[in-house]
Amino acid sequence: MAYYLLRRLGLAVVTLWLLSIIVFFAGQVLPGNPARSILGPLAAQSAVRALDHQLGVDRPLATQYWTWITGMLHGNMGESFQYQSPVGPLLRAALTNSAKLAALALVVIIPLGILGGVVASLNAGRPLDRIISLTGLSAATVPEFVSGIVVIVIFSVGLRILPASAEAPAGSSFLTQLRYLILPAVPLVFVLFGYIARMARAGTIEALESDYVRTATLKGLKRRVVIWRHVLRNSMLPTITVIATQTGYLIGGLVVVETLFNYQGIGNLIYHAANSKDFPMLEAGVLTVGVIYMVATLAADVATTLLNPRLRSGAIR
Amino acid sequence: MTEIVAMPPGIVASQAERRDQPVWRMLLARPTFVTGAVMLLFWIACAIFGTAIAPHNPLAQQLLATNHPPSAAHWFGTDQLGRDVFSRVIVGARSILIIAPLATVLGTVLGTALGLALGYLGGIVDLLASRLVEAVLALPAIVVIFLFVVALGVSTITQILVIGFIFTPLIARTVRSAVQVEGQLDYVPAARLLGERPGRMMFVEILPNVIPTVLVEFTVRLGYAIFAVATLAFLGFGVQLSTPNWGTDINANYVLLGAGYWWETLFPALAIASLIIAINLVADSTEQVLAG
Repeated sequence: MAYYLLRRLGLAVVTLWLLSIIVFFAGQVLPGNPARSILGPLAAQSAVRALDHQLGVDRPLATQYWTWITGMLHGNMGESFQYQSPVGPLLRAALTNSAKLAALALVVIIPLGILGGVVASLNAGRPLDRIISLTGLSAATVPEFVSGIVVIVIFSVGLRILPASAEAPAGSSFLTQLRYLILPAVPLVFVLFGYIARMARAGTIEALESDYVRTATLKGLKRRVVIWRHVLRNSMLPTITVIATQTGYLIGGLVVVETLFNYQGIGNLIYHAANSKDFPMLEAGVLTVGVIYMVATLAADVATTLLNPRLRSGAIR
Repeated sequence: MTEIVAMPPGIVASQAERRDQPVWRMLLARPTFVTGAVMLLFWIACAIFGTAIAPHNPLAQQLLATNHPPSAAHWFGTDQLGRDVFSRVIVGARSILIIAPLATVLGTVLGTALGLALGYLGGIVDLLASRLVEAVLALPAIVVIFLFVVALGVSTITQILVIGFIFTPLIARTVRSAVQVEGQLDYVPAARLLGERPGRMMFVEILPNVIPTVLVEFTVRLGYAIFAVATLAFLGFGVQLSTPNWGTDINANYVLLGAGYWWETLFPALAIASLIIAINLVADSTEQVLAG
């Protein structure tokens, strides 16, 4: 198992390195000159060149990449062109905001998705199963801003019971902040429900068809006991994996949701950085998203390995 | 946006022999397929004949009748320039139904070719390409698409190319695993012993057997392409055509939600939702029929 985890870690590092190259060079092809966009169209060419030099964007690409990546590894994310201040604190504040929103969505969606999947699998092939599957599939592919608009129209414009903006007034209590985050969390819940329910359904069906469940049923255990003690415990493995892999998606969803609800999170930060050609901010933001995704999938792999006795003992790799 | 459809490719191959009636007849027997197909045909008709169906000129501004709520004259109300929202929704089907299918076709063709090559050749090429695919997949697809659209500028061609290229590795991954399953069947070594060249092996021997997988992948990806095109337009990267665009209309009007002008945003949003649901119903039944 140690070998497997080491190999997995090594591959994650290689993938991250490739990712850093992609992100860096994607940042370079963004049109527009940073100094020009900071100083405006009327600034003198000499001033633009001087600022370019100060920002370091006139050096060879390989040198720029080296400076950037070594800085990143030392926790120095550079300085935002847009705000003329270090990227680190801005990014951290945005991450905290996004984490609150994502946490709320996950707290709702994990039990709901698992419940949906288990109910569907226990009714496999019947209309209820098809309804849950199709609802999940449709909810998962309707863009977040579409479902977001529908809930805003119903709960904010129509019933006037929830705010349409996610940003609670400064210094609000926990409960007030939570109230502001309910509507933005709904589109994320919609999208993730389908994925989690689908995995939970597949895992449960596989467990239901296994020999040990047949044995448990044949030895006279009640259906309820069989399901709780034997089926659910084994069907959760693939579900853990899918929850981790959806973290990457979740952040993509945040770009849209945070724009719609005007919330200062990582998605909003990436969006504005790209719009104003703020390379250091954009690259740091996108790379952070990649790192979070890698860590989440790695954690899921470790959890799966630890939970599965056959993998734990190294019998299969 | 990661895989929602993980189909065991082995099942596809074995089910193919059991099929005793034409695929289209099995599809038409499914209510979900018929519902989805009817909704989809409705939007395709709007995309083609939109300007003829729409009761008003979708571009005509009436500055004395701005932000009117739904009424008998304007079923879906009017927007901030006094344009008829109903007509804009009808005609707005066009741009999304041009970009999304073309992008999906591009991604499917390239992805299938790449998947065939990786699955059949294997080895070091496969290993390296798989790492690269994983690095791209570590980013949310919408962030990557959006990064490239910002970099390359907004045009119909860029959107088709970028979405098509993003889909390529995703489709390649699915096709690759289907090809690997095929590679274990007897006919592959048999054909190789007959001295067939790799190109012929891949495209003449293996490709026909992974077509069901490719078809399912195409319908599922089409839903995501609509998702991507609509989201880009909402984020302000919609193609500025002379025809209306649902996502762009939402982008222009959603700030007015707070003022209570919900109809300008809600109806285009529902149009996007219904188109995506239609494609999903079709995709789901296609998968059920082809995968058994």
